[in-house]
Order: sequence, then structure tokens, then C-alpha cells
Amino acid sequence: MALYSDKVMDHFRNPRNVGVIENADGVGEVGNAKCGDIMKIYLKIENDIIVDVKFETFGCGSAIASSSMATELIKGKPVSEAMTLTNKAVSEALDGLPAYKMHCSVLAEEAIKKALQDYYEKNGIEYDRSQFPDCESCAGCCG
Amino acid sequence: MENKMIYLDNAATTKTSRTAIEAMLPFFDSVYGNPSSLHSAGQRAAEALSDARQRIARCIGALPNEITFTSGGSEADNQAIVSAALAGKKSGNNHIISSAIEHHAVLHTLKKLEKEGFEVTLLSVGEKGIVDPDEVRKNIRPETCLVTVMFANNEIGTIQPVKEIGRICRDAGVPFHTDAVQAAGHLDIDVSEQNIDMLSVSAHKFHGPKGIGFLYAKKGIRLSNIIEGGAQERGKRAGTENIPAIIGMAAALEEACDGIEKNAARISALRDRLIDGISEIPHSVLNGDAKKRLPGNVNFCFEGIEGESLLLLLDDRGICASSGSACTSGSLDPSHVLLAIGRPHEIAHGSLRLSLSEENTSEEIDYTIDAVKEVVGYLRSISPVWRDLINGKKNYIVQ
Ligand SMILES: Cc1ncc(COP(=O)(O)O)c(C=O)c1O
Repeated sequence: MALYSDKVMDHFRNPRNVGVIENADGVGEVGNAKCGDIMKIYLKIENDIIVDVKFETFGCGSAIASSSMATELIKGKPVSEAMTLTNKAVSEALDGLPAYKMHCSVLAEEAIKKALQDYYEKNGIEYDRSQFPDCESCAGCCG
Repeated sequence: MENKMIYLDNAATTKTSRTAIEAMLPFFDSVYGNPSSLHSAGQRAAEALSDARQRIARCIGALPNEITFTSGGSEADNQAIVSAALAGKKSGNNHIISSAIEHHAVLHTLKKLEKEGFEVTLLSVGEKGIVDPDEVRKNIRPETCLVTVMFANNEIGTIQPVKEIGRICRDAGVPFHTDAVQAAGHLDIDVSEQNIDMLSVSAHKFHGPKGIGFLYAKKGIRLSNIIEGGAQERGKRAGTENIPAIIGMAAALEEACDGIEKNAARISALRDRLIDGISEIPHSVLNGDAKKRLPGNVNFCFEGIEGESLLLLLDDRGICASSGSACTSGSLDPSHVLLAIGRPHEIAHGSLRLSLSEENTSEEIDYTIDAVKEVVGYLRSISPVWRDLINGKKNYIVQ
């Protein structure tokens, strides 16, 4: 199908880092089954480095590919670097997404931020709340 | 089987039959005159046009001059509804009855009329996806100028009680239109026996060419033009007739109608085999009535997965299918038909439509059952929704 780039199809067909991490250091879930997309990210963090990351996604091809790419982009990186991941970086790494699928890359960014926020909270680490998505809005239908 | 395409999207469109193609060919470079021309080349085309009109009319129990050729099902739906609305407006009647599960060609035309002051009642269909004729009766008012209810639904395949609805409309003196795009060539149609005043048909759903269809309008029903111009189609639809397509449609419709019984028996047996196989998947549910459905329609919802990813993975396995998920429609909401039969958004996103034709084989069906089982199982294995369901954190919607 010409709908998606080869990169998207590759990450959709062979998603990297699928699964769960038991006793993860940070877990983030965003999206809404009503809207047809849910992403869940699990992080294993040691000495401020993301040593492992896994994801589970309910959603369309680009949602699965975006989750897969986002996990690749942060794996092995310091937490501070993962914090700077943008949806644009995810979609660019996938050689682009159709305009009406851009929200999938937004969800991927939000899921990772939410997992990082969970990590900060769990460990009592001070952080700047304004850097995180207001998750009231995550529940709304994406567009 | 690996490299072969298994086409199970015949409700979207069908392969043009050999019969239709052969019938059309002479009309591209041999009999290519304009039927409005006086010379012999034109008159040969005019004769072929008239012959096609007769044969098509015969297939649905109509008269030739009750057939107006259009560019397809959408145009026929538009013209039928707009004509009845304009006629209603003239006599001060501005109420239209339809159903919640119509095709967008009907629903969007009705939306437009609402903006122009018409009042539209969309009847609900219940869990089985079938309109209750009694509801039609109860909703008819003195100012009702049209009832339009489809013959068979394009997504969930349910066959509507058209004859009963037509009877009620006749008794009340209200014109009755039916969108028979999914029914023509697959179910018996007899407009007089079934009390139908207007009926829309599209050739590409029964192995005819794309971009051609017709509107049947019973003698006495006044049609208004959607397309203005020359005097073709008794002045009701301008534009030089698409002769090759019309000839192809006539050939395809005749062939389909001649084979209706044989095909329906064969296809519905394959359909039921497919339904039985897919039903083995836990937490899956058939959409639409199990019996009152088109011979070739299978439609399921699967809990915990999303339809677009299901379609892409089936396509990787050579299977062409369709889904009512929002992601495949390009809108935010899943299919209005699945919502109308009471499926919550969560599982309407996880829908799959497989629509068969007489060309499908039982080997293809068995391969498809295995592929659907495998892909649904895989997508569930990576779905956080499914994990919550199996861990008891959420309740199943489909038992
Ligand atoms: C029930 C129904 N009505 C109308 C249409 C529109 O027909 P067409 O594509 O010929 O305009 C379709 C198919 O797309 C259909 O399934």
C-alpha cells in the first residue's frame, strides 16, 4: 500500500521493543480506546540512562510504527535526552506520516513523556511540570 | 496460496466480468457513434442503447422508459432524493424518512436538504441492523414526501424488509426509494411486486464497469435534473451516454440475474463457513443478522484490536478486506453503521468486512480463516487493551 513509507511499513511489520517490563521504573499510557489509539511505554532506567524500553499499542499501522520508532530513538539515551524527543523527530525518522496520521507521532511523544514523568514521581525527583503534556487533553479524540 | 491475491472486498467493487468486457469492446472503436446523431453510425448506437435499456428494465420488472442512466449509485441516490424533495416542497411537504445505516450518498444528500429546511427522521435499526416496517408506518406524517430505505446494507449486509416498507408507503401515498446498489444482481428484485417507486443501482457491484448505474423511477414519478444540458435520457440527465459502460452494465446485470440462485447458494455456503471459522476467535462478534444478510457479506468486530492494522497485515498475507475503523475512513469516528447497531466505539474500531464473490473458493476461505485468527492473535499480543482485559482490569464488551 502506498499509504505509508517503507520505513513505516517496516516498523509496523517488525516492531522493535514490543512487550512489557515487569517492575518498570516508569510506565506511561496515553490515548483512548474510544478514539482507536492507546500506547503504553515501559522504561527501565539505571544511572539516569534508559537501559531498556518496551511498548504495547492498540491502534492503526502508523500508531504501531510510531511507538516502535520512538522506543528506538530513546533506547540507551540519558533521561534528559529522551525528554527532548518530539513528535516531529519520530515522524521524520519514519520518513514522514500522512497528515491525518500525525497524531500518532504526537501520541508516541506523549507516551514517552508520561513514562518519564512516572519515573520522576516514583523516585521523588524534582522536575518541571510545564514540560509535560496536560493529560486531560490526552483523553480527547486525536485528529 | 502465498503469492496469490485473495479478493474479499466485493462490496467495495468487483472484477469486471469477461462477459461485460466482451460486450463493451465493439462500442469503443466499431459502434462509436453518438446516439443523438441522425446518421447511421449514431443510429446503430441508439439501437444498442435502447436494447440495453430494455434488457436492464426486464431484470428488475420495470419498463424501459422508467430507467435513467447515471454515473453510478451515488448520482442515482442524489437524483431520487432531490427529485422527491423538490416535488414535496412544491406541495408544502418537507419531511423525509430514512434509516441510520444508509450509505453516505443518501445521508449526505439528506443533510444538505436539512440545511434547506427539510426535516429528516432517521429510523434506528436495532442490534440486528434491520429497519422495523412498523416504525416507518408510525413516522409517516401528512407532510412526508419520501421514504428512502436501502435494499441491503453495504457494511453489515443486512437485507431490509423493502416489500413491507413499500406496501406501507403505497397505502400512505408516499413515494418510496430504495438504494439497491448492494442488492442488484445478488438478490431478486421486482419493482412492482416489491412496491418500489424509485431504485438506485450501480454496475460495478455486480461485475459491470465502474462509473455507470441507473435510477429506476416508476411511471408518474417526476425526476428533476442534477445535470443540466442536452436532452438525453428524456431530458432528465444530460450528457452523451456512456454507451460502452451501459452495454457492459446490461450484460453484467443479465448474467448476474440469470445466476442469482446458483451463485447465492454457493456464495452463502462459503460465507457461512467463513463466519463459523472466524466465530471461533474468542471475544469476536458477527455484525448484522446471521440469516437476513447478503450472500457474500461477513462482518465481525474483534475486541482489543484496531481495524487498520488488521487490514494491513491481512494484505501482507494476500487478503484484500475492509474495515469500519476510524483510521480507515479518515474521520474520527468509526462506521456510523456499527454505531447504529449499538457497537461501542472501542470495538467498532476493531471491525473487519470480508465480502465474497462467486470466484472465491473454499481453499481461499480456509486460508483466510487461519490468517484472520493468526493476525487477530498477534495484534492482541501487542495490545495494552487486550492485556487489561485478560488481567481483569477492564471488562470485556464482547463475551
Ligand atoms: C449502498 C451503496 N450505495 C451507494 C453506493 C455508491 O455507488 P457508486 O460508487 O456507484 O457511486 C455504494 C457503493 O459505493 C453502496 O454500497
